[in-house]
Amino acid sequence: MARDTTEGRPKLTQALPITIRNVTKKYGAVHALDDVSLDVQSGEFLTLLGPSGSGKTTLLMVLAGFTRPDNGSLKFGPDEVIRKAPHLRDVGMVFQNYALFPHMTVSGNVGYPLRLRKVPKPEAAARIERALDTVQLGGYGDRRIDQLSGGQKQRVALARSIVFEPRILLMDEPLSALDKKLRDRMQIELRHLHEKLGMTTVYVTHDQREALTMSDRIAVVNHGKIMQLATPQQLYDSPANRFVADFIGDSTFLPVTRKGSQVLYGDTVLMHSGALPDTPTLALMVRPERLRLAGADSADNANIFHATASEVVYQGDSYLMYARLSDGSEISLRGSIRGGTVTGLPAVGDPVTLALDPADTILIDGGDH
Amino acid sequence: MAMTATDTNRAGLRRDGHLEKLKLFGLSSPALLMVLVILVIPVGWLFYVSFVGADGQFSLENYARMIKRKSYFRIFMTTFQVSLLTTGICIVIGYPLAYFLSQLPSRLANLCLITVLLPFWTSLLVRTYAWLVLLQKKGLVNDWAISLGLWDEPIKIVHNMTGTLIGMVHIMLPFLILPVYNAMKAIDRDYLKAASNLGASPRKAFWTVFFPLSTPGLFAGSLMVFVLCLGFFVTPAVLGGGKVIMVSMKIVSNIELFVNWGAASALGVVLLVLTMAILWIASRFVNLAAMTGGGH
Repeated sequence: MARDTTEGRPKLTQALPITIRNVTKKYGAVHALDDVSLDVQSGEFLTLLGPSGSGKTTLLMVLAGFTRPDNGSLKFGPDEVIRKAPHLRDVGMVFQNYALFPHMTVSGNVGYPLRLRKVPKPEAAARIERALDTVQLGGYGDRRIDQLSGGQKQRVALARSIVFEPRILLMDEPLSALDKKLRDRMQIELRHLHEKLGMTTVYVTHDQREALTMSDRIAVVNHGKIMQLATPQQLYDSPANRFVADFIGDSTFLPVTRKGSQVLYGDTVLMHSGALPDTPTLALMVRPERLRLAGADSADNANIFHATASEVVYQGDSYLMYARLSDGSEISLRGSIRGGTVTGLPAVGDPVTLALDPADTILIDGGDH
Repeated sequence: MAMTATDTNRAGLRRDGHLEKLKLFGLSSPALLMVLVILVIPVGWLFYVSFVGADGQFSLENYARMIKRKSYFRIFMTTFQVSLLTTGICIVIGYPLAYFLSQLPSRLANLCLITVLLPFWTSLLVRTYAWLVLLQKKGLVNDWAISLGLWDEPIKIVHNMTGTLIGMVHIMLPFLILPVYNAMKAIDRDYLKAASNLGASPRKAFWTVFFPLSTPGLFAGSLMVFVLCLGFFVTPAVLGGGKVIMVSMKIVSNIELFVNWGAASALGVVLLVLTMAILWIASRFVNLAAMTGGGH
């Protein structure tokens, strides 16, 4: 995508904040949404992230008006919309399977919302072309939908959802059908597009990397509840609970005990720089890439763990080592590979010394979610 | 030598390939033979007989008669009229019903489909005579209508065009509903959600998205009904009471009354050619495979 050229210019659309209060939806005895409250700020890119069946899609469908909740309040800006029919909500939406009308051309699809709004033909044509240009499909207007590749369909769906300049844009796993390379590129493009158009965007995905790449803030959803709402960095570096820590990135959890103001792993006092959660039990979260191999006589200002290498896996851009600690728990370490590193890797069965900096020593609620 | 071994395999593999094709052909041979015996030969014979005059010589008299006599023209007009009306009524009744079925949860929809199909499994003759009983002057329909006050005196709803149409619509309805239902079921519900999200009211979404996407099924079903109606015999013969003469009935009378095989064959040929022409024209607009439930 061309670099954003709109810097400094006013955004194309006036964004609206979304206020969700106490939204509940039950299917039988299952809470798809359990008293969810959430504020999406004006112009924000917010991602609902969670495993399948967590309720993230249900929440998006409530926003779009396709799912009728049992209770709650939903406001777009100052207006209560929870009982408003979907076609009156004026929000754009990109569907997982794109839902492009197969009996219309590309410009037929993109122009559909304009025809419904009775936009005069010449103006509509200009807006269709502008929307297609925005998604880099200028000149594709006459194509049939079945002549497009997956990535192109994705772009057309996007163009169709922004052409009527909605102030809120919803996206339901829009990249999940694309191959990895294209997905990576589209993530960046969507991000740029959001910066350019500035509409409040709610994005649903189960892919944590995608969420981390694109979002201003991420709401991690599980069992119909929001487990944590935070920026990508906060989410990764200080997860609120074990579910979030587990769901975002790889991590190993080690049981630790609290003794006064000290935290002990076995007999070792752990150095840590972050705050301690005020919970009955604690766990140490170890990210594999934050752990490093240290010399046996290491005098580092770091927490030291002695272990035995149980598996070493070469993965091209990095290596992954599993090591067994003296208390029997297994821990993993990811290291980068540069010339010569491979030969220096420990072999299976070797004793290894692992170091974890105090800043990376993250202590979280040890209870099960 | 290794070369020799792979060369032997090459020949063997090719032989296996040929053998496989031959076996496949063998499987289809009974059907091919059947098509030849009961379709190609009789149709060829039909063409031949239609060009044989009363004197046993080659002649175009059978076709000339059709052009000269007004009654033939009228019969063809009646045939097309009945077929068009039946198709039209089937669309008006069948499309909404198919739409209703397509919106039901699948278990319930299947149950309802069975009731639609039930008439299929009953003899055509039985159904036609049942209508005769229901529609006659002192039949159930007249009795009930009078007692409900819909009309005062028994009206004539059988042995005429009305009776014929009622019977034919009843028999043809499943042929329309099934392809339409299939086409509707194949429409992704997300299309309607998308339309709604983009600002279309339910009515607008139906006419701009759902209906256009269901038209292949509607075309296929209508064509099927129309073509089947063109050659229909039993129902118009029984319920038309001699007032609705269709081509098929004229063919029968040519043979049974006048023992004129040439004239009957010529009528058959014209009907066949017209039907093929309609199918050919239609095939330029719709995918005929959809008619038989194949090829989406």
